[in-house]
Amino acid sequence: MSMLVLEDVHTHYGKIEALHGVSVEVKKGEIVSLIGANGAGKTTLLMTVCGNPQATSGRIILEGRDITREPTATIMRSGISIVPEGRRVFSGLTVEENLHMGGFFNTKAEIRKSQDHVYELFPRLKEREHQRAGTMSGGEQQMLAIGRALMSKPHMIILDEPSLGLAPLVIKQIFEIIGHLREEGITVFLVEQNAHQALNLADRGYVLETGKIRLHDTGKNLLANPDVQNAYLGG
Amino acid sequence: MAANNLKHALFCAIVTLIVAYPILGLNLVASGTEIVLEGATTQTVISVLVAAVVVFLFQLFRDNIMALLGQAPALNSLANRQPMEQSKRLKLESTILTLIIIGALFWPFFVSRGSVDLATLVLIYIMLALGLNVVVGLAGLLDLGYVAFYAVGAYTFALLSQYYGVSFWFALPIGALLAATFGLVLGFPVLRLRGDYLAIVTLGFGEIIRILLNNMTSLTGGPNGIGGIPDPTLFGMEFGRRVKEEGNTSFHETFGIAYSSEHKIIFLYLIALVLAVITALVIRRLMRMPVGRAWEALREDEIAARSLGLSRTAVKLSAFTIGAFFAGFAGTVFASKQGFISPESFVFLESAIVLAIVVLGGMGSQLGVILAAIAVTILPELAREFSEYRMLIFGAAMVLMMVWRPQGLMPMRRIHIELEKQE
Ligand SMILES: Nc1ncnc2c1ncn2[C@@H]1O[C@H](COP(=O)(O)OP(=O)(O)OP(=O)(O)O)[C@@H](O)[C@H]1O
Ligand SMILES: [Mg+2]
Repeated sequence: MSMLVLEDVHTHYGKIEALHGVSVEVKKGEIVSLIGANGAGKTTLLMTVCGNPQATSGRIILEGRDITREPTATIMRSGISIVPEGRRVFSGLTVEENLHMGGFFNTKAEIRKSQDHVYELFPRLKEREHQRAGTMSGGEQQMLAIGRALMSKPHMIILDEPSLGLAPLVIKQIFEIIGHLREEGITVFLVEQNAHQALNLADRGYVLETGKIRLHDTGKNLLANPDVQNAYLGG
Repeated sequence: MAANNLKHALFCAIVTLIVAYPILGLNLVASGTEIVLEGATTQTVISVLVAAVVVFLFQLFRDNIMALLGQAPALNSLANRQPMEQSKRLKLESTILTLIIIGALFWPFFVSRGSVDLATLVLIYIMLALGLNVVVGLAGLLDLGYVAFYAVGAYTFALLSQYYGVSFWFALPIGALLAATFGLVLGFPVLRLRGDYLAIVTLGFGEIIRILLNNMTSLTGGPNGIGGIPDPTLFGMEFGRRVKEEGNTSFHETFGIAYSSEHKIIFLYLIALVLAVITALVIRRLMRMPVGRAWEALREDEIAARSLGLSRTAVKLSAFTIGAFFAGFAGTVFASKQGFISPESFVFLESAIVLAIVVLGGMGSQLGVILAAIAVTILPELAREFSEYRMLIFGAAMVLMMVWRPQGLMPMRRIHIELEKQE
C-alpha cells in the first residue's frame, strides 16, 4: 500500500524550474530517506507535497487521494505532518503552547493524550513545559518541532534535515526516535544531509540531484553503492 | 570622538535654525486685500536661537546624557522586579481592572462636565486601540488605515438616523457589523502582502474611504458633514429638554428631577464605559481561544503555522474583521457624542494616533493600551496653552518613550495557556 506517491512532479519558482519531473513512492509503515547536495531541491520536494509551492505538473497522491491541487491548509489536515527545515518553533510561545498548536484541530482530550505521548518520547520537553521555545537549545527545539508535528496524530511525518546543526549525541537520539516512530506505525519521509545515518535507518532511499531523482534503492544497497559513497559519504 | 560630536552638534544646531526660523518666525498676514510676509519678532528670534543652542549642547554632550537616560530605568523599581507568577499576576490584574471600572462608574458624578466629556473621548480611543491591538499587536499586521472602519461605524449611524430615523441602539450593532464587513472585504486583497506593503495599501484604503465620504456629496453631505445625530436613549427616555421623537419620554420628567444637560453627558460616558469594558472582555476571551492562538502563531512564523494546517486567509481575515468590528463600535459612539461628523474627523492622523497608542502601550498588552490611550488623549488637553505645539510635544514624547522603554509602557506578558489537569 502506498502512503505517498509523486508522479513526474515539476515545480517552479517563478520561471525557474526547481524539480524536473520527480517520481517518488513511500509505502505505508516505511522509512524512506531522500539525500542530495545543497540546492538539489529536497526542501522544494517536501514543500511541494505540502502544496506550498504547488506542483506545476504531475500528480501527488496521499493515501489514494489526489492532493496536487489542494490548498496547503487542507493537505496539512489530512493525516500528514511536517517538521520544517530549520525547526521553526514558535519562539514566543511556551513548549506546551507549541504542542497545542500542533493539535490545533483536535479535541482537548486528544490533545491531552498526544501531549502525554510526546512527553514520553521526549522527557526533556516535559521538564521544559513552561519555558519559552525560543530560549531552548537547538536540540530541544528540534525535539519540540518533532513533538509538535506528532500532536495531530499523523499517519505520515515528513522531516526536513532534523539533524542540522546538532551534536552527535542529540542526532543519535533523534534518529532513535525516528526509528521508534516506525514501530508505532507512522510512515516516515526523511530528508537528510547526514546520509550515512539516514540510509542506515531507512528501508529505502532516493538520491536527488539538481531537481531529478538519480538513484533509488534499499538503504543498505545505497550505502554500498560506490557513487553514493563518493558523493555523499565522503568516499 | 569629541571632534566628531562637535561637528555633528554644529550641524544639528544649523538644521534647527533653518527649520525653526521660517516655521515660527515668518508669518503671512492679511493687510487689506494683500497678504504680506512679516518677519520674526525679536522675541521669536531669541527663542529660536536659544533652541539652537540647546540642541547644540545636547548633541555635544549626548553621550553623557544618553548614558544618564540609560540609567533611568534602573531607578525605576518596577523594571527590575521578577516576573510574578502567572496566576498571581492575572489575579492582580483583574483586581486592578475591577477597581478601575468601579471607580470609573462613580467618578463622573463628582467632576466637571468637561472632564466627563473628555473621558468619553478617552473611552472611544480605548475601544479603537483595543481593536487595532488585535490587528497589529496580536496578528502582527501593520494597518495604517484603521480609521476607515471608525468612519464606517460613525457614518452608518449618521446616515441611518438621517434617512431612516434609526436610533443609537439599533445603529450600534449595524455600524459594527458593517465596519466588520468592510474589514473582511478590504482584508481580501491585502492577504498576501506583508510588512511595509501591507502598511502602504491599508493607508491607501483609509484615504479612499475618507475621500469617498468627501465626494459623495448627495449622500453624505461631503465636507459639510452630517449633523443632528441623535443622542442615545435609555429605554425610550430622551435626555434633551424636550422630547424629539414621538413615543419617547424624557428622562428628567420620568424621574421628576430638574433638567440638566449633564445627564446626557454622563449617560454617554457610561455607555462608552460599558462598551469599552465589553470590548476589553471580548478580546481578552478571544486571545485565549484557538483563534487568538492562531493569530499569534501566524505572527510568529507563517510557514510553521501553515504547516500545521492553519489557513492564512482565515486567520488574517478574522483579525482584520474583529479589529474593524470594534472600530465600528467606537465610531457609532463617536457620532452620537459629537452629534455632527464630517470626513475631517477621519484623517490619517487619527490612524496614526491610535497606532501610537498601541505601540506606546506595548503591542499586545491590554492594560498598557488602556494606560497609553489615557495618556495620549489627556496630555494634550492638560497642555492646552501649548495646543499649537501639540504635535511637537507628542513627537517629543514618542521619541523619549522609544529611548526609555522601547518595549512600550507595559510590554505584553503573554497569558500561558495550560490544559486543566485531568484527575
Ligand atoms: N522561494 C524560492 N524562490 C526561488 N528559488 C528558490 C526558492 N526556494 C528554493 N529555491 C531554489 O530552488 C533550488 C532548490 O532549493 P531547495 O531549498 O529545495 O534545496 P535543498 O535541496 O533543500 O538544499 P539544502 O540542502 O541546502 O536545504 C535552489 O536552487 C534554490 O535556490
Ligand atoms: Mg533544504
